[in-house]
Formats: sequence, structure tokens, C-alpha cells
Amino acid sequence: MRITVNGTAHEVDVEDDMPLLWVLRDVLGIHGVKYGCGIAQCGACTVLLGDEAVRACQTFVSDVDRPVTTIEGLGTPDAPHAVQQAWIDAQVAQCGYCQSGQIVSAVALLRANPAPSDAEIDDAMSGNLCRCGSYPRIRAAVKAAAKMLQEG
Amino acid sequence: MSRAGKIARRSFLIGSAAIAGGVAFGIWRYRDTGPNPLLAELPEGGAALTPYVMIDGEGVTVIAPRAEMGQGVQSALAMLVAEELDLPWDQVKIDHGPPAVVYYNGAVVAEGLPFASTDQGILARNARAFGDVVSKFMSLQLTGGSSSMVDGFDKMRKAGAAARAVLIEAAAKQAGVPAKGLKTEGGAVVLPDGTRKPYTALAAACAGIAPPADPPLKPRQDWTLIGKPVQRRDMVAKCTGTARYGIDMALPGMVYATVRTSPRFGAGIKRLDTKKAEAARGVKMVVPVEDGFGVIADNTWRAFQAADLVEVEWEPAPYAADSAALFKQVAASFTEARRDSRFKDAGDVDTALAGADVVEAEYRIPFLAHAPLEPMNATVKLGKDRLDIWVGTQIPLQVVASAAALSGLSGDNIHVHVLPIGGSFGRRLEDDYIRQAVEVAQSVPGVPVKMTWQREEDMTHDFCRPLAMARGRGAVAGGKVTALDLGIAAPSVTASQMGRLGIPAAGPDTAIVAGAWDQPFAIPAYRVSGYRVPDMPPVSSWRSVGASGNGFFHESFLDELIHAAGADPLAERLRLVTDPASRAVLEAVGKMSGWGATLPKGKGRGLAFTLSFGVPAAEVVEVTDTPDGIRIDKVWVAAEVGAVIDPVNIEAQMTGGVVWGLGHAMGAEITFAGGEIEQTNFDSYPAMRLRQCPVIEAKALQTSDKLRGIGEPAVPPAAPALANAIFAATGKRIRQLPLNREVTFL
Repeated sequence: MRITVNGTAHEVDVEDDMPLLWVLRDVLGIHGVKYGCGIAQCGACTVLLGDEAVRACQTFVSDVDRPVTTIEGLGTPDAPHAVQQAWIDAQVAQCGYCQSGQIVSAVALLRANPAPSDAEIDDAMSGNLCRCGSYPRIRAAVKAAAKMLQEG
Repeated sequence: MSRAGKIARRSFLIGSAAIAGGVAFGIWRYRDTGPNPLLAELPEGGAALTPYVMIDGEGVTVIAPRAEMGQGVQSALAMLVAEELDLPWDQVKIDHGPPAVVYYNGAVVAEGLPFASTDQGILARNARAFGDVVSKFMSLQLTGGSSSMVDGFDKMRKAGAAARAVLIEAAAKQAGVPAKGLKTEGGAVVLPDGTRKPYTALAAACAGIAPPADPPLKPRQDWTLIGKPVQRRDMVAKCTGTARYGIDMALPGMVYATVRTSPRFGAGIKRLDTKKAEAARGVKMVVPVEDGFGVIADNTWRAFQAADLVEVEWEPAPYAADSAALFKQVAASFTEARRDSRFKDAGDVDTALAGADVVEAEYRIPFLAHAPLEPMNATVKLGKDRLDIWVGTQIPLQVVASAAALSGLSGDNIHVHVLPIGGSFGRRLEDDYIRQAVEVAQSVPGVPVKMTWQREEDMTHDFCRPLAMARGRGAVAGGKVTALDLGIAAPSVTASQMGRLGIPAAGPDTAIVAGAWDQPFAIPAYRVSGYRVPDMPPVSSWRSVGASGNGFFHESFLDELIHAAGADPLAERLRLVTDPASRAVLEAVGKMSGWGATLPKGKGRGLAFTLSFGVPAAEVVEVTDTPDGIRIDKVWVAAEVGAVIDPVNIEAQMTGGVVWGLGHAMGAEITFAGGEIEQTNFDSYPAMRLRQCPVIEAKALQTSDKLRGIGEPAVPPAAPALANAIFAATGKRIRQLPLNREVTFL
């Protein structure tokens, strides 16, 4: 099977029903995407399929029909994506384990809706669980990122 | 690889003999805490100025020997060193360091003693000092009990000051000038002629200079870093997917494993058939572990899949099988024979209640799981005479001890590498998952194994916050609360947890009544009794431990009494409060929230206060009773912490504590059926979602001169403040958690 992740094509020899999450983590060694629940309840494994946010734990690798972008494909510590920069500025992370998925969900939201309302942010981000309770800062960071992206 | 380890493999500035000659610790010598472990890690040299500060040609590394699980403790501890060392924040490197007795936590035991934190009597002070000794002898290098900053506040500043003194002396010797005229600034010693000697260039010259035993500390008004917001040193990595948690370990030749053990705690295997699992794709072997089995495969998912193919029957549970029966045992424990403590017994409660219209109420709280988002995992490699464990843990020395017992190796040959943790909330004060990973690794010597629990294993094998009940009786007269008698029945967290660690826990368990008996109120007749429920499924420390539920009991019942008296919840607490810091916190939350304002119909506000871990914390919750359910609109929280190290991080801990407390109060419970936990994942064990999160305004007060930790204290008042708000909005008094047993939340 052939999948493209963060701009690189990979040939993988795995079962059709192996979840994308485990192909990324254990076959390709891409660890920014996290395992939290395995049943699409926590959002820690959120990646972009094209421009769409999906839960990699519930996406069969054989159903991957578009390029995959993980948190690592958005930006780097030296050159973070605007959403990552907004997260850093707002000091969102506590344990940080959910934040890869949170950030990817926010990127998908802002690509589809560059100026989301509070209610739209709440809806788009409620599939991502944060046990530490960083929600108020996530809201603030999404708004700051939207502004940053609009002002270029 | 820890920085200490990396440094050991580089070329160094000075010889090891010079270091062995004694650039170690002076200030800890009188306590005889054991050797500076950094010296053992530096066979080729390097300057380990104290067990907490290491300097080489590339920079200054602060050892922050506490588990980073989201609370920002490593950055906060490093700030204390950097302040005294005049080291710019962007030059600070942080490492957890190796497990070592010198890194014992002297503050954690003090919290479990039966003296209220407001008690400064001689007995209480002596007992706290004894706690320090106990902790050291038990090698408690432990992260928990909101104690890291309490323990580290002086230690880390002294480590920074001692290192600074050594660097100044080294520069003075090198330049041939008296040390007296030298200053430090921006990570360098400044000579009288203005020449700057960076610390990195002075490391070699430090050899042989003993740090002062008790270096003077900067007066508070001279602080330039403490109290200012800094960027946590783990922030960029955590926002770019580059942070490496235990679950992300990768080693050459590594295999992957998962473990399944009996979901009936303490019950073994009746029947096991592993044939189908062994034939599955990628499976290398199925191996025994205590009360269960492990599956080793070529990736984690295949190990999960194969574990499902194992046919297994478990022995029956050695305790009552379901929640109803367990609650029956709790209810039956309010007896003199099971009375564990009566630390609070003021006035004549029996007389006060005999002649009064007694207000009575009964409350209950469920088991709760920690369920951190990173499932339990550990990576282990068993070599010929060496065992390496890479893991997130709050008890690294206990891990060494357990691994030694399992492997037969001596502690010196066991190397625990402590990694960042994806949430813990107390879960990683246990070492069950680590012992399992060691057992699995014993089946494949020489091969590194990463063992990861499936979420379902994690949820059903948690050591829960115990279920508990409280019975309150009280009286009011003349618009005032005059009597409060509270009995609390719960299993002992301390006995359960310490028992697993092999540490004896004699005497009454303060955790059964913490957050209730030790509250700073002068109610004329005031009694709190703890009743110990017989052993049940094992229980453990859950963020804010005993206070997590006892705050709900105490503050719900006090609120009932205040309403019965016809008094105002804030005014009556202010009338009763005895401790100045607690008064300040209540006044602050009243002011922040504009307490007393008339609210629109359908809205209600609840107030609650809990003093826990030495921190008075008060919260006001505002809710709206909508046609579709209760909406939590806003929360105000104030707490007294003595000194704010980083205001941005403190706010995160306070708001996080509120979300944790509210989220569980709304809808989370662990129940038992057939001896097993019924909830298996986040679909049946919900947490607060972003759309449910209220606006939270937090304020940390600094009126006291005692620094306190803030990881837990915002949790206990959240549940009662919410229940009291629902009462204010709807007239409905809810006496059990989770609250969604009786109301719906939006």
C-alpha cells in the first residue's frame, strides 16, 4: 500500500484494516500523532486527510485516499505553523499529550472557516479531549491564530 | 538519553579526579542524604556543582528531579535555581536526572500528618520536621501531594546560590582578585574591570571548591525572574509534536507488547488458551505476567489484536462484586468499631444537637479513574547484567526497588530513565505497569520491548479514587450555624497504596477526612469523624486525594446549614473563618464575582471553600437552568499560594483544577459489576468537553510568607460550588456525585 505523509510517499506492507494511527506510529515512526482511546473519542490521533481532520485510530490505512498531514507536517520548532505559534504564545500545553490533535483540529477548522464564531470553535474543538483542562487557552489560541492567519 | 548521560560521553573541561576531590554538595551534607548522583554519571569530568546544577562547555543544566506530567514543575524548579544563579531563562537547560536518595521529597509526608496546615503549635511543627526525616529514609523521591514546590523552594534556590558562590570563587582565583568585589549577571561572573567570565568557561576552575553550606538567598524584592511569566521549557516541543513521552520510545531492534491482567483485582487465571493469538500475524510470543499475560508482536496494534484472541477465564474477585454491595459496606461502616479518627472535636456536639432542630443529610461519591490521556506504558531492555527502563513515573526509586526484586539484579545495575508524562493525576504513583513490562522483557533478554496498555486495559485496571459516604448532622440558631457533626466513611487510600509499595502505614488515615476535619471555621460545636471501610478493590491517590470528595461533603453540608439558618453563604463563612489567609481568599472570590448581585431568573451561584495541601481555595460557580439542562457559565477561583513562581503557569493549574473538579462532578463515575470495572473507555467515562467549559477567572494571592503548591487545591471546591449553584438556581439539593444522576448538563 502507498500512502503520502507530510509530503513523503511510503510503501507499507500491512493489513488493509490496520488503523492509520498505528501505521504512522509503529511502521513509519511518526510519533507526534498520539494514541489515546482507539475509538475516536479523544481526538489525540487527529490528522489531516487532505484538508479534513480525521481520527487516525478509526481510519483504515486502505481508506487513505489523500495525502496525510500530521502535526510534524504543519511546522517545526524553528518554523512553527501560525496555529502552533498561537499555541506557544498562549502557553496552552500542560501535559501536552492531546495538543497535537488539538492543533490539527484547529488547522482544519481555520482552513474551512477562517473567522469562526465562538460557537463554531466550541463545536469544532469538542471532539478533542484535554484531561488537564487547557480549554480556555485553546479557545484563546484559536482566535489568535485566526487573526494571525487573516493578517498574513 | 538524559543530558547527564550525554555529558558523560563528551570530552570535558576538567578531570574526574578533581571532581571526585569535591565540587559536590555542601549544603546537604549535614543531612547525610547520600552521594551526589551526578558525579557517578560524570566519569570523564564535568562540573556538578551541587546535585542540582551541572555546568559544562555547552551550558548550564538544572536537575529538576520531579515528574513533569503537565504541572510545569520542571520549569518552576529551574526558575528557582536560575534566579539565584543570575542565569538568563533562555540559557537554562533542564533534565530530570537519575533516581537518587538525595532527591527525596521532604514535604510530601508532612501533608499526611494529623495537624491542620494552619496549626503552628510546637507539636505540629515537630511532626512536620519528622515527616522530612521519614521521607528521606523511605527514599521518597516522589512527585505528588502538591509538594514539589514546597520541598524545592529553599533547596533549589540554595542550590543556585551555592553554585553561584563557587563560580565567583573560581573566577576570583583565575583572575587573582578578591571574590568580594565580583558580581554575577546574565550567566557570567563580572570582574571589577568589567570583564565577563561566562559560567561555561569557568566550569574547569570550579574543581576543588566546596560550595558554602548555607549560602544567603536574594531577598524577595530583588527577584528578577521569580514571579514573572516565562515560557515553559517544554512548550515548543509540546506544540510541535516533538515532545517525546514514554509511549514514543523507539530503540533499535525494539519489539512491541501489550499486557492483559485480571480485571478482577487480585484474582488469578482459571483457564488460558493462547493458540489463536500465537498464530496471528506479527506475533512473536505470548508470555506470562502476574495475574495475566503479555503479547509480544512486531507492532502495538498487532499485539492488541492478538490479545483479543487469547481465550481466558479469570478467578472470581476477592471482594464484593458490584457497586451496590460495595456501597452497602460503606454504609455499614459508620460504627464505633470502625472509627478511624476524630481529629476535630470542638465544643459539646452531642449537647448542641440534643436540644435543637437537627438538620440531617447523607452524601455519596463514586469511584473515579485517573484516566490520563497517555495510556500506561514502559520500555524495558534486560541486558546481561543491566536493566534499563524508560518510563514516566512519579516514584523512580520505588521502580528501581521493584525491578531489583523482579530481576534479581542489584539497584546499581538498574537504570531508570524518567520521561515526560502525558497526564497522571496520581496514576503514576503506582508501578504495576512497569513491573509488567519488566516481566515481559524477561522473556526476550537482550531485546528492547515497548509495552503499551490498550485504553480498555487502562480504564479497567486503574487504582481508583475510593467511593465514600458522609453523614452530616447540624444545628442553626439566630441566623447562625451553631453545630456541625460530619462522619465520613471511606476505604483507606494510604493503607492501600503504601501497602503496595511495601511501606507500613500505621495509625489513622488522614486521607479519609482530609479537606473536612482541618477547615478553618470556628463553629461552636464542630466534630469530624473518619470511619475506615474494610478493604475493597485497591484504591489510590487521585488529584487532591481525600479532599477531592471531602470538600464536596463538607461544603455541601455547610451550605445546607447556612441556608437553614437563613444566612448568606459568603457572609456566614466570613463570620466563621479563623485563618487570615483563608479570610483573604473568601473576600477575594467575593469581590471578583461581585457576590450578592441580583441575578436574572434561572441563574444561580454557588460558593465553596476548601483548605487542602495548606492552600485555602474558594470558588464561585454560576449556572443557568435552561430548558435543555444546566449550563455552567462562569467560575471565579481564588487561592493563597504564598509566592507566585510563574503567574501564567499558576493560572493554568488553577483553571485546570477547576475543569478537572467540575468535569468529574458532572458525569464521571466508575462502577463495578461481576467484580470488574464497567467503564472501558471515554465513551462510558466522559470528561468535560470544550463546549461545556465555562469562562474561568483565577487569582493567586500572596499574603502569606509560606510558599505552597497549586497542582491540586483548586479541585476540591469545584464540585460543591457547582452543586450549591444548582441548588441556588433550581432549589434542588443534590447529595451524590456525579450530578448527572439527577440533572442534565448542556
